[in-house]
Amino acid sequence: MNKHETPIAIASLHTPTRHDSGPKHVSGTAEYIDDMIEPEGTVHAYLALSTRAHAEIVAVDIEAVKAAPGVIGVLTSEDIPGENDVSPSHKHDEPVFAEGKVQFWGQPLFAVVAETRDQARRAAHLAKIEYRDLPHALDVRAAQAAGGAMVTEPLKLERGDVAAGLAGAKHRVKGSIAIGGQDHFYLEGQIAMAVPGEDEDVTVFASTQHPSEVQLMVAAVLGIRHHAVTVNVRRMGGGFGGKETQGNLFAAVAALAAKKWNRACKIRPDRDDDMTATGKRHDFVVDYEVGYDDAGKIQAVDAVYGARAGFSSDLSGPVTDRALFHADNAYWYPAVRVRSEPLYTNTVSNTAFRGFGGPQGMMAAERWVEDIAYALGKDPLDIRKANFYGPETDNVTPYHQVVEDNIIHRVVDELEASADYQARRAAIVKYNAGSDVLKKGIALTPVKFGISFTATWYNQAGALVHVYKDGSIHLSHGGTEMGQGLHIKVAQVLADAFGVGLDIVKIMATSTGKVPNTSATAASSGSDLNGMAAWDAARQIKERLVRHAAKLHQVSEAAVEWVQGGIQAGPKFVPFAELVASAYLNRVQLSAAGFYETPKIHWDRATGRGHPFYYFAYGASVSEVTIDTLTGEYTVDRVDILHDVGRSLNPAVDIGQVEGGFVQGMGWLTTEELVWDDKGQLRTKAPSTYKIPLASDVPPVFNVKLAEWSVNKEPTIGRSKAVGEPPLMLAMSVVEALSMAVASVADYAIAPRLDTPVTPERVLMGVERMKREARG
Amino acid sequence: MVEVTNAIRFILNDEEVTLTDVRPDATLLDWLRLERRLRGSKEGCAEGDCGACTVLVGRLMDDEIIYDSVTSCIRFVGSLHGTHVVTIEHLRGKDGNLHPVQQAMVDHHGSQCGFCTPGFVMSLYGLWMRDPDPSQAAIEKALQGNLCRCTGYAPIIRAGKAISSYGRPEGDPLRAERIALKQKIRAINDDRRVELGAGADRIIVPGSLDDFAAVYEANPTATIVNGSTDVGLWVTKFMRSIGPVIFINHLEELKRIAETDSEVRFHAGVSYSEALPVIAARFPDMAELWHRIAGEQIRNMGTIGGNIANGSPIGDTPPPFIALGARLSLRKGAQRREIALEDYFLAYGKQDRQPGEFVESVTIPLLPDGEKFAVYKISKRREEDISALCGAFRALVRDDGTVGMVRIAFGGMAATPKRAKAVEAALVGKPWTQATIDAAIAAFAEDYQPISDMRASADYRLLTAQNLLLRFFLDSTGQGQRLRREVA
Repeated sequence: MNKHETPIAIASLHTPTRHDSGPKHVSGTAEYIDDMIEPEGTVHAYLALSTRAHAEIVAVDIEAVKAAPGVIGVLTSEDIPGENDVSPSHKHDEPVFAEGKVQFWGQPLFAVVAETRDQARRAAHLAKIEYRDLPHALDVRAAQAAGGAMVTEPLKLERGDVAAGLAGAKHRVKGSIAIGGQDHFYLEGQIAMAVPGEDEDVTVFASTQHPSEVQLMVAAVLGIRHHAVTVNVRRMGGGFGGKETQGNLFAAVAALAAKKWNRACKIRPDRDDDMTATGKRHDFVVDYEVGYDDAGKIQAVDAVYGARAGFSSDLSGPVTDRALFHADNAYWYPAVRVRSEPLYTNTVSNTAFRGFGGPQGMMAAERWVEDIAYALGKDPLDIRKANFYGPETDNVTPYHQVVEDNIIHRVVDELEASADYQARRAAIVKYNAGSDVLKKGIALTPVKFGISFTATWYNQAGALVHVYKDGSIHLSHGGTEMGQGLHIKVAQVLADAFGVGLDIVKIMATSTGKVPNTSATAASSGSDLNGMAAWDAARQIKERLVRHAAKLHQVSEAAVEWVQGGIQAGPKFVPFAELVASAYLNRVQLSAAGFYETPKIHWDRATGRGHPFYYFAYGASVSEVTIDTLTGEYTVDRVDILHDVGRSLNPAVDIGQVEGGFVQGMGWLTTEELVWDDKGQLRTKAPSTYKIPLASDVPPVFNVKLAEWSVNKEPTIGRSKAVGEPPLMLAMSVVEALSMAVASVADYAIAPRLDTPVTPERVLMGVERMKREARG
Repeated sequence: MVEVTNAIRFILNDEEVTLTDVRPDATLLDWLRLERRLRGSKEGCAEGDCGACTVLVGRLMDDEIIYDSVTSCIRFVGSLHGTHVVTIEHLRGKDGNLHPVQQAMVDHHGSQCGFCTPGFVMSLYGLWMRDPDPSQAAIEKALQGNLCRCTGYAPIIRAGKAISSYGRPEGDPLRAERIALKQKIRAINDDRRVELGAGADRIIVPGSLDDFAAVYEANPTATIVNGSTDVGLWVTKFMRSIGPVIFINHLEELKRIAETDSEVRFHAGVSYSEALPVIAARFPDMAELWHRIAGEQIRNMGTIGGNIANGSPIGDTPPPFIALGARLSLRKGAQRREIALEDYFLAYGKQDRQPGEFVESVTIPLLPDGEKFAVYKISKRREEDISALCGAFRALVRDDGTVGMVRIAFGGMAATPKRAKAVEAALVGKPWTQATIDAAIAAFAEDYQPISDMRASADYRLLTAQNLLLRFFLDSTGQGQRLRREVA
């Protein structure tokens, strides 16, 4: 047995510090909302969900619900004092409870409130609902066929003369790719607990990435001001974008019940209901036409990005926008026109998910690169390299931002060498020639990902730092912790700024009462924004302390220096705690609110022009796979990754994000298949049917490295780069490697054009298609 | 006359628990979280598939305590009589120090959001106690029933490899205090029947196999709960009423495995984990399949008898057992009868089992010398997934090169596990050649008209079934190639 639990090491930036909650995670003492000791008299709410994809509600009989054991009451749209809406786009298209009609299978109809969760859950299934069915469109093609109604305004990005580019290109290819959606499968499902207070007050504990929006939604639904609602988030058991907006409804229902019955109320759907009733990654169908020359250089791209938005707008506008922003991945298009179609469908409203449309945009780009490579009989890597943005020229994106920090060439070159790509590819081609049943594939794909919210006003953050008389520090910032290590990074920033140990800094739960008007912890922006805000708060306190120290020790302010553990005021070293104690006695303010706004960015959606991204994060991966041509089963045998996080704030956390992001992306592109039946019911709604990767799916050889030489050109916190989302897209190389293995069946002469997720079934059907087409 | 007591008794961590008022459908996870306010174990799915609720349950077997990782979300409290339940709260030392498993996880950055972490720690704890220096393959196998969405597992695997450098299991309290624990558990396991509640709330924990046979014959509408890996979901997913319930997972007599020179008899309570060594030794061609049935926790809970008795069309054991000519022994009271396993499955949801009758054992003939045998499982995800289809093949090729006998059975291709008799007819008597295979595959469409569902399309199922026959031919003639995941 080990002697001591090692204390967290003295912090400084750029060190592999362990997650602040690690010891609690492993002990089961890290508190999630369902673990909190409930206030006495807490009631439990449970949602009743529709069982039609699109229908008028003819009659609702809830007598049996009300009569069920333990039931206290039922909440319907009539119990809402404010607005029956939780639409994050403010289009008023997302009711808390359906009124008059339902628009997807799983839409909340009402909530049962009972003494126990089990009672509420059982009662919720006792309602008799009579429907009159309406026609439904479930997916992109059906929605397009039904007229292509959209939930929000589409976007067009255009640069150069696309018609001339296509007409003048020696080769042209037309095609389409279907890219599947993805359930977040956060291990902790949606949950909220509301505690009523005096007057209109309510305190909500929510598993949300966006406490300020939960505050707004609860206030709107209750018809009260924001200042009456306090939202607290200690931690989430995973978010991945699934708790950016999808927690709003649960929080609103808990708050409604809490105020109506003046009792605390908790709401937690079971896994099936969570997966049925909350949004997912958008699936896309991208139709494209691309012109290119003999060298494989792209001349023009014209593409339409149809996305299954679901029944409401939610974040589908910004998600489909970001798909277009990443239609280029790392490639220069001399002429380009890309258009989005956020399509209305009778399915759950799709939402944010790590990458936020970017991954789908990039998959499409890799698809036409692959088309070109197979048409020209070249290694797709050669086509990729031929089309990379140039460092000085050929560096304007479809949205007219100049790529100023391009390092993709160095990233790819280093990885190509370290992974021994060329020799392995040659060996694989040889292996395939001599192997009937098993075939191998290898691919190297690049990632370039734009960092900043495209909603420019979101790029702001606040922090609140208190230094107490004993020298201990209390840190609040606007970001939320969902496992990504944001809190430890911001704490490192603060400890570094004050020159103290990490144990001096206490990380507080995120609260709208501490830092107001926060942005969602999303778009990979958490440490960029909140780290800088915390640093700004520290700066203010430090300036006051320096003034105080200079006065006290009668030296100039310039002679006061921050050192580890305190300050050096001329010849005198003053420990931090001593400094703080004397500052207090001399009436120096020891608290500060910090603030940060990302510089340089602007975006005009109407013209499709601007500088929406502060900078880009880069990366590349090589994947090697083996497929079984009799069954379509496959193994991912080896993966090598080189990823750019600028100057890492915490290499341990960042490596964790890269490894985890890759595996999550691999799941999205391989085994995670969402299946709706023809009635619109999701059939893959639990881990028994929806298959995320396992430990045994991780590549047996998995070499993950950070590009240690990379330094952000922009003055971000510690010159680091955002890391949350970009690594997910490293998994594209798995698809491309599978594609190569399938193509080997027809001697690499035909592009396999596999849709994603590339399940064993898709591999086998791809193999069969190769055989058929090779026979002619 | 059997003696009866009226309390479920077990040890929770280091506390003896006596329960006289338990509902038959009360799950261990809810009981821990809601009644005992031990909230370290988490609910991620309530169907035994994510492992966030993993605890260890120690039980007496041949006078030793065996600790199994189990998913507490689908384990019923009524099934815990005479066990030792160990939860995440028990791991930190009395001095407050982290356990070696916990410290390894912290130091290797094995947690991000932390919600799945207690379950991983418990699975790794179970592994470390029986295999302190595990290979990567062993770690992956032990973690097959634990889902993590954040880390990509790599740091957890690194932690798993390092645990023993933080401490060896010899010093662990579960080892050091084994003798005292055993005495306590032995005292509870006294062969008396436990009965609680009445009507639909009635729980019966029989004192012996004969007692079970008698009590079930007298109460034929009761639900038999063995590993609860299926019945658990009736409660947690479908909110079905299951009472009265007879819990039989503790009956050592139902865990017997009888081996002879020609066959192996598994009693119905043998779990997949318990069967594994015998499967590996006597039916080596089935060993790979065994590792791909569910995750570790479910293999520890789920039983061979349950897999057969409930008649699922996608159970993984019936196809190979049918191909090997297994016989099922059914018992009602003192009456026993034996039928061919394939005759047990009458139609979807309908089996040849009378009221009050239960599956007592299944007898599998060993593969006769000279015969060829293989079983192939196909699923969307390689491990811990339900079969899209599962095919078993057995053939005798005569000295003259012709097929003397062939038996083919599939799961996932019909409403029940089913023989491919048309394919068999197309093969028997023919030369064992690729040409014969090519000619025979069309007969699959006569045997099976599979459905399309979320696991696979009908086309994929049929095409893959045909290809698996080709695989069997290639494997049997030494030309086969199989996908292998190569780990250290």
